[in-house]
Amino acid sequence: MTVTRYSAGLTLTNRIIFNALPTIALMLSLSLTGCVASRVNTQDEVPPMHSISEYRDQRFADVADPWERFNRNMYDFNFYFDKYFFLPVVSGYEFITPTFLQNRISGVYNNLGEIKNLTNSVFQLKGTESVTTLGRFVTNSTVGLGGMFDPATSFGLKRHPEDFGKTLGYWGVGSGAYLVLPIFGPSSVRDTGGLAVDTGITYGIYTAIDPFKSTGNSFAISSGITALEFIDARHQQSFRYYESGYPFEYYMVRFFYHEKREIESRKPLPLK
Amino acid sequence: MMYLKLLLIACLVMLPLSGLAADGGYGYPIPGSYEATILGTPAALMPTFPEEMRTRQLVLDVIPDRKKPPIFFYDEGLRCTFAYQEKKAPLVFLIAGAGSSDRAPKLMTMMKAFYQAGFHVITLPSPSHANFIISASQSRVPGDLTEDAADLYRAMEVAWKQVAGDIEVSSFNLCGYSLGATQAAFVAKLDNDRRVFNFRKVLMINPSVSLYSSVTKIEDLLTKIPGGPDKQGVFFNRMLSKFTQFYRYGNFVSINDDFLYAIYAEHLFTHEETGGLIGLTYRINLAGMIFTSDVMTNSGYVVPKNRVLSPTDSTYDYFLVSTHLSFIDYFNEYLYPYFQKQRPGLTKQAYIESLSLRSIEGYLKSSGKFGVMTNENDFILSKQELDYLRYLFGERTKVYPRGGHLGNLEYKDNLTYMVDFFKL
Repeated sequence: MTVTRYSAGLTLTNRIIFNALPTIALMLSLSLTGCVASRVNTQDEVPPMHSISEYRDQRFADVADPWERFNRNMYDFNFYFDKYFFLPVVSGYEFITPTFLQNRISGVYNNLGEIKNLTNSVFQLKGTESVTTLGRFVTNSTVGLGGMFDPATSFGLKRHPEDFGKTLGYWGVGSGAYLVLPIFGPSSVRDTGGLAVDTGITYGIYTAIDPFKSTGNSFAISSGITALEFIDARHQQSFRYYESGYPFEYYMVRFFYHEKREIESRKPLPLK
Repeated sequence: MMYLKLLLIACLVMLPLSGLAADGGYGYPIPGSYEATILGTPAALMPTFPEEMRTRQLVLDVIPDRKKPPIFFYDEGLRCTFAYQEKKAPLVFLIAGAGSSDRAPKLMTMMKAFYQAGFHVITLPSPSHANFIISASQSRVPGDLTEDAADLYRAMEVAWKQVAGDIEVSSFNLCGYSLGATQAAFVAKLDNDRRVFNFRKVLMINPSVSLYSSVTKIEDLLTKIPGGPDKQGVFFNRMLSKFTQFYRYGNFVSINDDFLYAIYAEHLFTHEETGGLIGLTYRINLAGMIFTSDVMTNSGYVVPKNRVLSPTDSTYDYFLVSTHLSFIDYFNEYLYPYFQKQRPGLTKQAYIESLSLRSIEGYLKSSGKFGVMTNENDFILSKQELDYLRYLFGERTKVYPRGGHLGNLEYKDNLTYMVDFFKL
């Protein structure tokens, strides 16, 4: 029963995304036709009292963002997607699932995420970290009942989040332009590539093992698992588009995303 | 790493041991006023709260038919957070500090503390927050304490109307921090005439006495950086690179509490730099207020007059320009001229004086419902102003030995005092 419900959820996700495509296209074409169409101005503009021409300082909190208009469209799309689909689904999930179970589900997905952390610590040749992450995965998969519980942390094995975007950054690949992805949110050219690689690796491992082969219903089950993973990820993420109300929120999010990734992905410097 | 964190917290807790005897065992650990303001309260020193709360997000139509420009398409009304008990209980309205929303972290902690103690709570954004300017400010020009109080009062009435059918209330109370505390005094004064709520008690946390003088003190923090406030972009970038280098030399796992406390423990930033960071944060906040108000009034202050911004237009230049305007600029070029037009003959000095607790001194001194909670080293108050608060409220003035501006607001003793004030 549950499986059917989750796979129905996925189909619905697909349908929504599919239905949203014309909207995205429309939003894009609107933005590409540019300012002329979007400004219904009847009165002449008057220059403001203070403008950028009087600015004599370094620019700050700035991030390379050549596709700002596209990104802002995506940002707004994600806001609507959250509002009319994603968050209602997440609230529904939170309503029907006891908190205890929610936390166990998060645990299982976070534990599966250790595979991504592990492959990427290895890619970055981080010995201690790889061993720690492997230790976490083994401990939590066994003693922690498949990740439902996290005894590894209490044994002092701390979680080291890694992904392929960080691996690329570690080996010196620049972040490239800022990019807001539909549904996934803030990213960059490099991190989008990283996301694709991580997804590919996870999918590859999954296909090789194919744990639900014997059920004869492998596709439906894995679709359900993926849908639940999305829901759980949104459930764990407290960020809400435009919740701050701050009119320059887009720039703050852009700056913090970019800087956090920059800082966390680069090689540590040797102590002087 | 876990041990490192424990060690750091232990260090923090040990720091003021020498001072303990002198200040009656007050355990808030961070002695520096700027450091306390930035770091706030370490999580281990906050009380624990219940995980589940009965809360509801209110989205209020305070000013019907308010026209909203396309760039603020996401704003659907004034957002307030409502936490409620299932039995008859006193209700507290909480007003956020300058530029903060109804869900500001400090406000949420206060809400939990009051909820846990059995109160209904309604939180309100600051009248200087964009959401309030767009959806609840009659003039759309924030900064005038009397008008802001009238807007707040109207918002409270609408909020109360919305929830009145669902809860039983035994009394109404009011509490605010920072600018919200000063506004609370003006709201209470208005309530004294209007009598809709008849507030039983009003607590002001880290208030300013005079808005103008407090803001001048915060602006001064930026004059101490090299090149002054006009070079805050240079300062920002320099601090950022310091921060980045520090991270890369240390073996940190991610930007988390361990990292932030390490910054503090290692004195990465000097006292002046820490002050500069406070000034900068305040300016970034203020920029949001200035820009929002300008768009709402079409005044041509930073955005060209008559320009209609679409949601996908870049506003980065407005961000840069607005962050380089001080409150004093805003006051002289925007706020004061606006009110001078409405009240002919209003001098600048008279207007500055109207933005102060002194302008309602008679009422404040005569009423027994007020209490104040602040810190000896809150840098938005001068020594005279602190004495003035003691003179106004006497016994009901609680002054903690440290905590800077709001740094100790979430410390357990402070929260206990806060809640007890309304219980008595």
